[in-house]
Amino acid sequence: MAAPVLSRRKSIRFNRRQITLGSMALCLVFLLLIGLSSWLIGEAGLDPVLTQRNQPPNWAHPFGTDWLGRDMLTRSLHGMSLSLRIGLLAASFSAIIGTGLGLISGTLGGKVDAVITWIIDVFFSLPHLVLLIMIAFAVGGGTKGVVIAVALTHWTSLARVIRAETLQVNSSNYVQLSHRLGRSPVWIARHHMLPHVVPQLLVGLVLLFPHAILHEAALSFIGIGLSPHTPAIGIILAESMRNLSTGYWWVGVLPGLLLLLAVKAFDILGENLRMLIDPKTSQE
Amino acid sequence: MLSVENLSITFSMYDRGLAQKQLTVITDLALDVQAGEVMAIVGASGSGKSLLAHAILGILPDNAKVSGSIWFKGDLLTPQRSSQLRGKAIALIPQSIGYLDPLMQVGRQVQRTAQLSGLSASDAKAAVNRTFDRYGLAAAVQRLYPFQLSGGMARRVLVATAVVAQAELVIADEPTPGLHPDVVAETLSHLSQLASEGKGVILITHDIEAALQIADRVAVFYAGTTVEITPASDFYSGKIRHPYTQALWRALPQNDFIAVAGSQPSPDALPNGCLFSERCAGVTAECRSERPAFRQVRGAPVRCIHAAR
Amino acid sequence: MLLAKDLSFRYPRQDWILQNFNMEIAPGEVVGLLGPSGFGKTTLSKLLAGYLSPTAGDVRVNHAPLPRSGYCPVQLIFQNPELAVNPRWRIQQILAEKQMPEPSLLEALGIHSGWLNRYPHELSGGELQRVAVARVLNPATSYLIADEMTAMLDANTQALIWHRVLDYALVQNLGLLVISHEAALIQRLCNRVIDLVQVRASERWKGA
Ligand SMILES: Nc1ncnc2c1ncn2[C@@H]1O[C@H](COP(=O)(O)OP(=O)(O)OP(=O)(O)O)[C@@H](O)[C@H]1O
Ligand code: SF4
Ligand SMILES: [Mg+2]
Repeated sequence: MAAPVLSRRKSIRFNRRQITLGSMALCLVFLLLIGLSSWLIGEAGLDPVLTQRNQPPNWAHPFGTDWLGRDMLTRSLHGMSLSLRIGLLAASFSAIIGTGLGLISGTLGGKVDAVITWIIDVFFSLPHLVLLIMIAFAVGGGTKGVVIAVALTHWTSLARVIRAETLQVNSSNYVQLSHRLGRSPVWIARHHMLPHVVPQLLVGLVLLFPHAILHEAALSFIGIGLSPHTPAIGIILAESMRNLSTGYWWVGVLPGLLLLLAVKAFDILGENLRMLIDPKTSQE
Repeated sequence: MLSVENLSITFSMYDRGLAQKQLTVITDLALDVQAGEVMAIVGASGSGKSLLAHAILGILPDNAKVSGSIWFKGDLLTPQRSSQLRGKAIALIPQSIGYLDPLMQVGRQVQRTAQLSGLSASDAKAAVNRTFDRYGLAAAVQRLYPFQLSGGMARRVLVATAVVAQAELVIADEPTPGLHPDVVAETLSHLSQLASEGKGVILITHDIEAALQIADRVAVFYAGTTVEITPASDFYSGKIRHPYTQALWRALPQNDFIAVAGSQPSPDALPNGCLFSERCAGVTAECRSERPAFRQVRGAPVRCIHAAR
Repeated sequence: MLLAKDLSFRYPRQDWILQNFNMEIAPGEVVGLLGPSGFGKTTLSKLLAGYLSPTAGDVRVNHAPLPRSGYCPVQLIFQNPELAVNPRWRIQQILAEKQMPEPSLLEALGIHSGWLNRYPHELSGGELQRVAVARVLNPATSYLIADEMTAMLDANTQALIWHRVLDYALVQNLGLLVISHEAALIQRLCNRVIDLVQVRASERWKGA
């Protein structure tokens, strides 16, 4: 009886686009679930239950509990959910700055372009993490600090990409031809420029996300990010450092894994989106 | 040296949404190239000349499926093997400087090609100098960027890129469109020189006149099929066999400038019989029933059942 | 009348590419332009179609300067069609940028309806060039500059397209400037030929 099942399996073959869309949907659902998890599961698990301290992963607590008896799954999900929201905010700000400056630079050219390119280069040459810490510190830490710091340090590569794209499209034969065909600059921006810039922007935004999350975690980890009372993923990881030697591995490893998975999900999302949007690869 | 048999190429494309459709753009393509020979490929635009070159070089897009076989020096040319040989034993002279890296000095690019083909850095440097010298490119040209080259210089740099790698098979895809006759003649002489050194040369071009100057044989493509492979001299002596080849010849501005009406059938609506039957003046009912196979007429293969007449 | 009067052009701080060039094309006339590479043929065609502004002199159509905005009555067909179409547009959209050409014109140029839904990189160079030609053959165009228009096409398609374009030009009274290295082609097509080498020689002679 096994044979027909096998052959049926064989006949279901997905094409590349179905696989791409499928994996994107999967990543999206995963990320949405994490994002919404803090509402879905409530805050019950965040309270200390002193009778259940330091439990390894079990059915009641899949991620175990910490030294105060708090449910690590609840804490991790709350942390990730917060991280995602902060990441979204930071990445969006960053993308807006990057796209705006890139577009201005590429369209206006001349002195404006020179100034913006110079700013980009300066930001690029400064050590990333140091700048991040300095900005977060300067604006006083906390959620606001993290968002501003991440937003201000991550727009440069997107600005570069968009500037190059804008320059290239603007100087192309088909845009010049479009002018000669009587199309207005606004029309050209809408129909020739946008289809080139929007995909870059979307992909850029999605790929910025994991950076934002990781940096939020890093800032919280070293203590200038979110307040230690919030269940942020960086704080959870910082706390778990103390537990590494005591054998309570789950306190750090499982939330870390969740962070990794979320970051990876974004990466997959971004890469697949890029493939799908580019006509040269979208037929695969 | 190279032989292509029954090659067909199928693209899978998304029709609407998630449904995929297959589009076979090349069917039954055949070609062979000997060492020391220039084989010209002429044919209708969209007949699959560039795709053939891409198939030999293993650079077709991922949604293309190839069937049939390509043999290079006695062994089957698998995609892995062609990616190993690409730029080394098999080199492409591309159509435009668009293929060069716009941000890199041309000398460095040619040197990189040489190094990729297995030369040490110093040997590669020497080879680059030698090759630039051979094609009359001053040493200073090595430090120029692609956009600073004139059309003629660019052609020589592109030839140099193929030659520096010591390729045994050189494929030139449309190396001369819209170029001044002097530059055309020069590029062609470089190619025929390569052949006389024992390399195999495939020259893909629309310029039949140019092709005939240096080619030993000419393969004529139509709608993804080889319709005729003829000695080059047959063009001038009026011995070309296939009605499409004759039409091409007649359509030259220096000949009659008469075109056969209509257009090449689209790949998703190929006629059952001879692919040229919709436009052929000599078409009969037999032509429409079956795709003509190759047969020998006046010592060369042609796909036309009435070619002897 | 398309008129180039004392046309001169050079890029900032570089040598003159074109100096005091004079030329005119009447409606319905087919003029050939011969000249080796580097003689400014492409520059001239860009000046005539308004892609570049002359350093001195001017281009006039029916006694008026070329319009700065709106549809330009002088249209240029590029040698390289790959660069003249937006790679992210489908063929349908490319053809219709001004207005969708008549089905009969598409038919005459051998443009299959199956192409309309494809992207430019899914057509061969010659197929794409036909799309580029169809795009500008409409009543608003009074002059067409064809810069090596059929250098990428096979002889049969070249003859076919030129016959179509000549027919069209005759009916619409379109003026044509044919730029090509192929002397035989120019001889076939043109009522009159301008040889840039001779033009330049006579200028020298006048200057001396
Ligand atoms: N990526 C692709 N997807 C679908 N069809 C394609 C793709 N690339 C090429 N084709 C089709 O394959 C056929 C052969 O194309 P190819 O580029 O080989 O023509 P060619 O003979 O080189 O023409 P030309 O002389 O005009 O350059 C054409 O009909 C073209 O539309
Ligand atoms: S087989 Fe018939 S239709 Fe085909 S080319 Fe020969 S004569 Fe013409
Ligand atoms: Mg081609």
